Amino acid sequence: MTERSVHDPTLAVAPPGADVSVQPSLPGDPSELTYQYGLEVQARSQWAYARRRFMRHRLALGSLIILLAIFGCGLFANFIAPYTYRQINLQALSQAPSAKHIFGTDSAGRDSFSRVLYGIRTSARVGVLVGVLSTVIGTIIGGLAGFYGGWIDNLLMRLTDLFLTLPLLAVLLVAAKYLGHSTPLKLALLLAFLIWTSIARIVRGSFLSLREKEYVEAARAAGAGDLRIMIRHMLPNTVGPIVVAATLTIGTAILLEAVLSFLGFGIEPPTPALGALLNEGQDQGLDKWWLVTFPGVIIVVIVLCINFVGDGLRDALDPTQRRIRA
Amino acid sequence: MPDPLLSIRDLVVEFNTEDGIVQAVDGISYDLFPGETLGIVGESGSGKSVSTMSILGLIPQPPGRIVRGEALFKGKDLLKLSKKALRRVRGNEMAMVFQDPMTSLNPVLKIGYQIGEAIKTHRPDQNNAAVKKRALDLLKLVGVPNPERRVDQYPHEFSGGMRQRAMIAMAIANEPSVLIADEPTTALDVTIQAQILEVLKKAQEETHAATILITHDLGLIAELADRVVVMYAGKVVELGDVSTIFASPRHPYTVGLMDSLPRLGGDDDWLRPIPGQPPSLISRPPGCPFHPRCFLSQGRVRCREEEPLLRPIGDSAHLSACHFAEELEGRTGHLVEPVGAEA
Repeated sequence: MTERSVHDPTLAVAPPGADVSVQPSLPGDPSELTYQYGLEVQARSQWAYARRRFMRHRLALGSLIILLAIFGCGLFANFIAPYTYRQINLQALSQAPSAKHIFGTDSAGRDSFSRVLYGIRTSARVGVLVGVLSTVIGTIIGGLAGFYGGWIDNLLMRLTDLFLTLPLLAVLLVAAKYLGHSTPLKLALLLAFLIWTSIARIVRGSFLSLREKEYVEAARAAGAGDLRIMIRHMLPNTVGPIVVAATLTIGTAILLEAVLSFLGFGIEPPTPALGALLNEGQDQGLDKWWLVTFPGVIIVVIVLCINFVGDGLRDALDPTQRRIRA
Repeated sequence: MPDPLLSIRDLVVEFNTEDGIVQAVDGISYDLFPGETLGIVGESGSGKSVSTMSILGLIPQPPGRIVRGEALFKGKDLLKLSKKALRRVRGNEMAMVFQDPMTSLNPVLKIGYQIGEAIKTHRPDQNNAAVKKRALDLLKLVGVPNPERRVDQYPHEFSGGMRQRAMIAMAIANEPSVLIADEPTTALDVTIQAQILEVLKKAQEETHAATILITHDLGLIAELADRVVVMYAGKVVELGDVSTIFASPRHPYTVGLMDSLPRLGGDDDWLRPIPGQPPSLISRPPGCPFHPRCFLSQGRVRCREEEPLLRPIGDSAHLSACHFAEELEGRTGHLVEPVGAEA
């Protein structure tokens, strides 16, 4: 409410003690009078508006908090996890969840909770890496296509179409097979190489419309080169859509990683990844329900939260939307 | 007379459109001398903007095409410069103020940053503190109140007049020797126009830049310009000192333009427009492009068949492209009340 008070029209008078009679004789632009009295409306930048809209989006905000908590657990797995992911306890094979092993243990007596935490770390690392890499690839390709247009646009967009028509899973499986022994980095590169297309299309569309803007022409008249115009003048206007798309890409990447690992083509054991944990759990039979349930639920929660955050960002970063959603 | 700073010779610019080739600029020539203000007047589509945009390489090519001509600036032909060399001229030695300050500033970047960008584009070695200081000084110079606060604000927090001031600050940031103001006041309301004129004058005094003022507002010309180029259908039809042109216009188009202005204290009930429409630049009329609308022509064969060339009338600095310019002898233009004369 304190923020509101500056908008309150009843407050738009001189503060107590100010000599109102001097007002007409003050030099300069009368609109600057408000400054002298410290009464100016605190104008918000686009980012302040976006932040505000995001904060009002409860689902997105809640999702972001849950997501940060889950990723935080993964990031600090070595401090939080009670055991390491490969520590074998022959006295506790295939145990159901208990106070000692809250997610139970697997057939080798490894603590499932610890393995899930490390799995989150692996999956998150892959997801974020893919998000960053595919955003960079997509932004460069889409940006060049949109800025230059003509045959460059044609070439790059047909390339994008080509990647879109590839049967994703088949290509991933074959590639994973040939690349062999998957490390998180290798897997991330492979995924990023295949899913940059949606970002490229978004950036291209945005650049196509931006390059016709007068301020881009003004920048050109000021002597800015192509690269400078693209990076300094156009990219900041595209940050919104890029951020949304990048967020959603992280979710997609985590799902794909899980699918690949589940099929046995992803991260090599013993490094735990959420999909790999599912795969292992499934091998050990459905009566060991805890081995599939926990990693599965975590995957679902992570991806769901990412999508909600993406939704919230989309609403928050849309400048045409002034309405603040509950 | 000193050597001209910029001389444009026989410039022809075409645009390829679906309906055919449009000759937007058709063989124009003029000079710009150091420190002077040259006004370019004409209707929409007369080639005012295109003639200056094209010498800076700012028209999209294609569909635009510079067919021939030269633009000598400090001994170099701008039309023959490489893209890179031309970029070094733009915004540095020749800067532009655009028409609509509402759309010519980038909405997501702070004003100070945008002014800084104009500087850093040409002086990448300057450190950020110096650039910011300069942006602040420039805002102060163009009369933006509270520059310390304003420098960190976004364009949407500026009013139209303030934005145009910021645009002028950006244009003079690198102390250009030529300042091109393309309809700098058209998008502003009248009271703000007068203020912006003052700022332009001040900016010019500060940088000693020669200014090309493109406008269709004769009041603005009367107020600011030293010399005037009148353009019609991509051609220069009259050229001369501002006092000469206003006192004794020697082209029927110029006369028509002045007649069509409302006058203070006049008791006319109606404005007197120039009859007809500006010609299509795809199929321009043969002979003098103005003859179908001209009160002097009246079906004279020469106007229809022979294209008039610019020729000196009276003194050598006053040129007109009319076969019968002498018939306008004794005709006076109306003294236009300059915008902001009382400001």
